[in-house]
Amino acid sequence: MSIFIDENTKVIVQGLTGSQGRFHGLRNRAYGTKVVAGVTPGKGGESVEGIPIYDSVAEAVAATGATASFVVVPPKAAGEAILQAAAAGIALIVCITEHIPAKDEALVFARLRRDFPGTRLLGPNCPGLISPGKSNIGITAGEIALPGGPVGIVSRSGTLTYQALHELSQQGVGQTTCVGIGGDPVPGTNFVDVLSAFEADPETRAVIMIGEIGGSEEERAAEYIRDHMTKPVVAYIAGVTAPPGRKMGHAGAIVSGSHGTAQAKMDALRAAGVIVAKNPTEAGEKMVEVVHALA
Amino acid sequence: MDLFEYQGKQYFARYGIPVSDGDVADTVEDAVAVANRIGYPVVIKAQVQVGGRGKAGGVKLAANEDEARTHATSILGLDIKGHIVHRLWVEHASDIKREYYASFTLDRAEKAHLCMLSAKGGVDIEQVVEEDPAAIARLYVNPIDGVDRQELERLVDEAGIDAEAKTGVVEMLEKLYRCYIDGDADLVEINPLILTPDGRVHALDAKVTLDDDAAFRHPEWSDFAYDQDGDARETLARSKGLNYVGLDGSVGIIANGAGLAMSTLDVVNQVGGSAANFLDCGGGANADVMADALEVINSDPRVRVILINIFGGIVRCDDVANGVLLAIERVGLSTPIVIRLDGTNAPLAREILTPHLSDRMILEPTMISAAKRAAEIANKGSK
Repeated sequence: MSIFIDENTKVIVQGLTGSQGRFHGLRNRAYGTKVVAGVTPGKGGESVEGIPIYDSVAEAVAATGATASFVVVPPKAAGEAILQAAAAGIALIVCITEHIPAKDEALVFARLRRDFPGTRLLGPNCPGLISPGKSNIGITAGEIALPGGPVGIVSRSGTLTYQALHELSQQGVGQTTCVGIGGDPVPGTNFVDVLSAFEADPETRAVIMIGEIGGSEEERAAEYIRDHMTKPVVAYIAGVTAPPGRKMGHAGAIVSGSHGTAQAKMDALRAAGVIVAKNPTEAGEKMVEVVHALA
Repeated sequence: MDLFEYQGKQYFARYGIPVSDGDVADTVEDAVAVANRIGYPVVIKAQVQVGGRGKAGGVKLAANEDEARTHATSILGLDIKGHIVHRLWVEHASDIKREYYASFTLDRAEKAHLCMLSAKGGVDIEQVVEEDPAAIARLYVNPIDGVDRQELERLVDEAGIDAEAKTGVVEMLEKLYRCYIDGDADLVEINPLILTPDGRVHALDAKVTLDDDAAFRHPEWSDFAYDQDGDARETLARSKGLNYVGLDGSVGIIANGAGLAMSTLDVVNQVGGSAANFLDCGGGANADVMADALEVINSDPRVRVILINIFGGIVRCDDVANGVLLAIERVGLSTPIVIRLDGTNAPLAREILTPHLSDRMILEPTMISAAKRAAEIANKGSK
């Protein structure tokens, strides 16, 4: 099994006619993802490499029965695109768009929570998710993932997600699903959401969690792991050496005063029984040990 | 973008938030002229983006022209924690009866806007949070609904604000919320928010952080581009659109992706090196971006070695390799470079680099081995 997506998930791409949307949408399809339609207002009736384009998400859903959407549109339009997908009944929305204003994100999230509580938003500003061998929605390079489990990966950072996949695949350890939740201040799906899905997934037997400085999501994850998780978790937190008060690339990655430090996050995770690694390579090595001990 | 105090006050003024009459001055003569115009006593305040100005002698009260001249002379050019004072804010001194604290920011965990209000203003709010958390009243604001006057009134009561200031503080919070929302700020903070003996509520300081991602709908932000306080390397990086943070070490770092860049800093530190910077070259690491990145790092005299750590996803490693070669030629770089490449087209990239390898161009197989090699070179001190 996998979480959130599998080989049967039908996906539409909002923004498939744009250069980014086309590149990643076709790449996802080449991986095996069921990309059934694209949506671009005003371009209904056209097609991209055989994939039909519709004017609205509602029309695309009606025609194809899609349940997931990959949102690849510019920051100004992303909020509306997400809400349109939710209104059309899409269950999983993956938004990779970076640089959406924080106020817009907060508003979208509040609307989803109030009006579309059944919709899951992954992102914005995330690499997407991949269930190796089954489906890939987003920008992850599919070839670095290894199908078959038993490890689930959840990460705030894109390239560190690749690094984690690489470390495991190199050692012959496969993944069930790898979820990039994104580095924005208000992620639609957080660590706890993904950890609880991994905990419930019988095929996932251990989890790698990659966090970074800023906010308190990792501390909340630590609480959840302490109280609810039976599966082993290996964690790595990036940004031990980051100076306070400076945004390290991601909008959310900032230490404010004594708040959001890597040390506090690592301490909280350790106290919750998590194996904390000091770099991504060590996280991979520790997970290999964990998986061998499971077998 | 963090605003200077004077910019924050100008931003507040756009939203009708009362601030003291004042103006900026870049010279002693200008400062005296401003003071004479607005009337004594005046407060002369160093404009630097760092805390602890008062303790460092960067905030002074002047009762007359002589004092204004003396203080302006002593503050201009002052070094406050590495920030040189180039600009002053001169404002009419206020009589203070009470000092409060007010702010709006986004609470990531609650996914809601958060208003914080305290009757204990004028001091470091982080200290209040630690020592007397009950002294800070909190109100979560749903982004769909916005602030509600009755809820603000309850918040003001809960915070223990004096009765005579209640209406003024509620009105201030309504304006501050509009400044935060319509002004696309990540943070608006007034500390102290003061009550004057004649019953007025007034912002004595202004801390505003703007959300850079919203710049497209705020052409007026170009007024805030004043940037002489910053790090020269960061100014250069910003002019090239690079995601760069200057640090103090000797290993220059280029990585793709913020997480990997942060992690590279950590690993360099773990193996005994120290990073000179954080630089995320992002998803478009082509020859131009690489040349710009190398140029910025090369402008830092402390850098003894450059570590390039790439994990290709969208980024193709062969593009990076070609970019590095082109960049070295274009920038005329002689600093040793250690490169680690994995992911999309990495074998091809290694092939491209192999003929160019030397003791100044080193290819390492993993992130950790690359960091070790870079730290060794930096610590040997050979440039």
